Amino acid sequence: MNWGHIRALVLRYTFLYTRSVPRVAEMFFWPVMDLLVWGFITVYLQKLEHQPPALVTFLLGSMIFWDILYRAQQAVTISFLEDIWARNLLNLFVSPIRVSEFIVATYIVGFVKILVTVGILAGLALWFYHWNLFQMGLPLIPLFASLLLMGWAVGMITTALIMRWGQSAEALAWGIPFLIQPICAVFYPLSVLPKWIQPISRAIPATYVFEGMRQVLRGEGLSTHEMMWAFGLNVVYLIGAGLFFNYMFEVARDKGLLAKLGTQ
Amino acid sequence: MAEILVEVQNLRKEFAGTVAVADVSFTVPRGEIVGVLGANGAGKTTTIQILLGLIKPSGGKVTIFGKDLERHRIEILQRSNFSSAYTGLPSNLKVWENLLIFAMIYGVRDHRQKIDALLEMFEITHLRTKITGNLSSGESTRVNLCKSLLNDPELLMLDEPTASLDPDIADKVRKLLRRIQSERQITMVYTSHNMRDVEEVCDRVLFMHKGRIIAEGTPQEVKDKFKQTSLEDVFISVARGGDVLAGGGEEAR
Ligand SMILES: Nc1ncnc2c1ncn2[C@@H]1O[C@H](COP(=O)(O)OP(=O)(O)O)[C@@H](O)[C@H]1O
Ligand SMILES: [Mg+2]
Repeated sequence: MNWGHIRALVLRYTFLYTRSVPRVAEMFFWPVMDLLVWGFITVYLQKLEHQPPALVTFLLGSMIFWDILYRAQQAVTISFLEDIWARNLLNLFVSPIRVSEFIVATYIVGFVKILVTVGILAGLALWFYHWNLFQMGLPLIPLFASLLLMGWAVGMITTALIMRWGQSAEALAWGIPFLIQPICAVFYPLSVLPKWIQPISRAIPATYVFEGMRQVLRGEGLSTHEMMWAFGLNVVYLIGAGLFFNYMFEVARDKGLLAKLGTQ
Repeated sequence: MAEILVEVQNLRKEFAGTVAVADVSFTVPRGEIVGVLGANGAGKTTTIQILLGLIKPSGGKVTIFGKDLERHRIEILQRSNFSSAYTGLPSNLKVWENLLIFAMIYGVRDHRQKIDALLEMFEITHLRTKITGNLSSGESTRVNLCKSLLNDPELLMLDEPTASLDPDIADKVRKLLRRIQSERQITMVYTSHNMRDVEEVCDRVLFMHKGRIIAEGTPQEVKDKFKQTSLEDVFISVARGGDVLAGGGEEAR
């Protein structure tokens, strides 16, 4: 691992993302729109005569947490796409950058982008809806970290698919997270899901995070056992995603796809 | 005899049925500019991309700086560089920012001075603070060339570097490459389907046809071999005559 390479790449993304209005707006626009929708749904539900349990306020937490996962995945994949769009991929692949360094740089950039987005969402949620993300206290850290790790793993897998199947696979970049969304108990508890789906859900680290978030908001504290599961699974997924990426990279080298991606 | 910088032995590359490179062997001594010439589809790009580690060969062996490419790829890339008319740099960065990033990637020490010197050499100092995406193709080709010289490469690989240039700029770029080579002894592997490029810039030509080298030597030797007066005529007759002329090449041997 050469930190000079990683520093250079991170600097490049800093130039890239701070220079362009659409890219900066991307960091805010969709998350803020989501926050408004879910926030007002929450307000509406609370005004109903037969008040649903306080649980409803969890919707905002779910939305923000989902966004962390989604953005973590996106950041990795979009960083790669940026270089395809710029026809810059070849320049990077013929430089002494290792693939692992490239990936770590996208992780770092993703992390920073998410901190900014979450910061803004948390601020707006507090201001508009008097909902404080930080009421969760310290458990917020492991929950956040689990989502980030899972987002990275999924991001690496989508990137590998794009490397293999080219820009026609670009839709995957946006679509794949939504494949997971219904089964990882984002907006509703795991128990709502049909019995036969639950084991699949339990194989997804994010499920434990969303369940954990609701526990914490109910004041029950975070279950260490569940968090261990989330982290354990994340380690497995990250290693798996890394191997998959490496494999796809070799396939791409064999089929001469790197050059095509970089020049078309 | 000069040190051999690149050694290619029985290189072969098939893509799902298509043979892009059939059986290619050649060496490049230090300081030489070798032109890889041939019609579209002859296998030039595939060959150069194998040398860059972008494509894994189906067979054969590539040794650069005396090291096996498959095993020492990063080390070799640190001492090489590449430029092509078909690659770009992130378009919303300024020219100097893009160059700075690559200077950092290659670990260039005095990057400021280095960048300024290269911009001056290519007569594009005025583009320093321009947004890369707004450059004309001639300008961005020269910025790409600046990028490719940042690390003072010992080996420079160029894939059709003049492809998108108007004749005036193409001429300037050729002269510059010649000058760089004579001043710095950079070894270059240069692909092109442009005869002018090759006659003017290259010390030696590898003439590729259907994945094979069918003639090799100085531009003059290649012309003699095919009994033509210009490389352009050689090119046309090979392209049209195909294998027949490859046979003609045998005769002249
Ligand atoms: N990634 C690839 N997949 C399949 N076929 C390829 C690929 N790259 C090149 N080819 C084929 O290999 C042959 C040589 O291509 P190339 O090396 O690009 O030629 P040149 O650069 O001399 O024009 C062509 O027939 C081309 O279609
Ligand atoms: Mg080509």
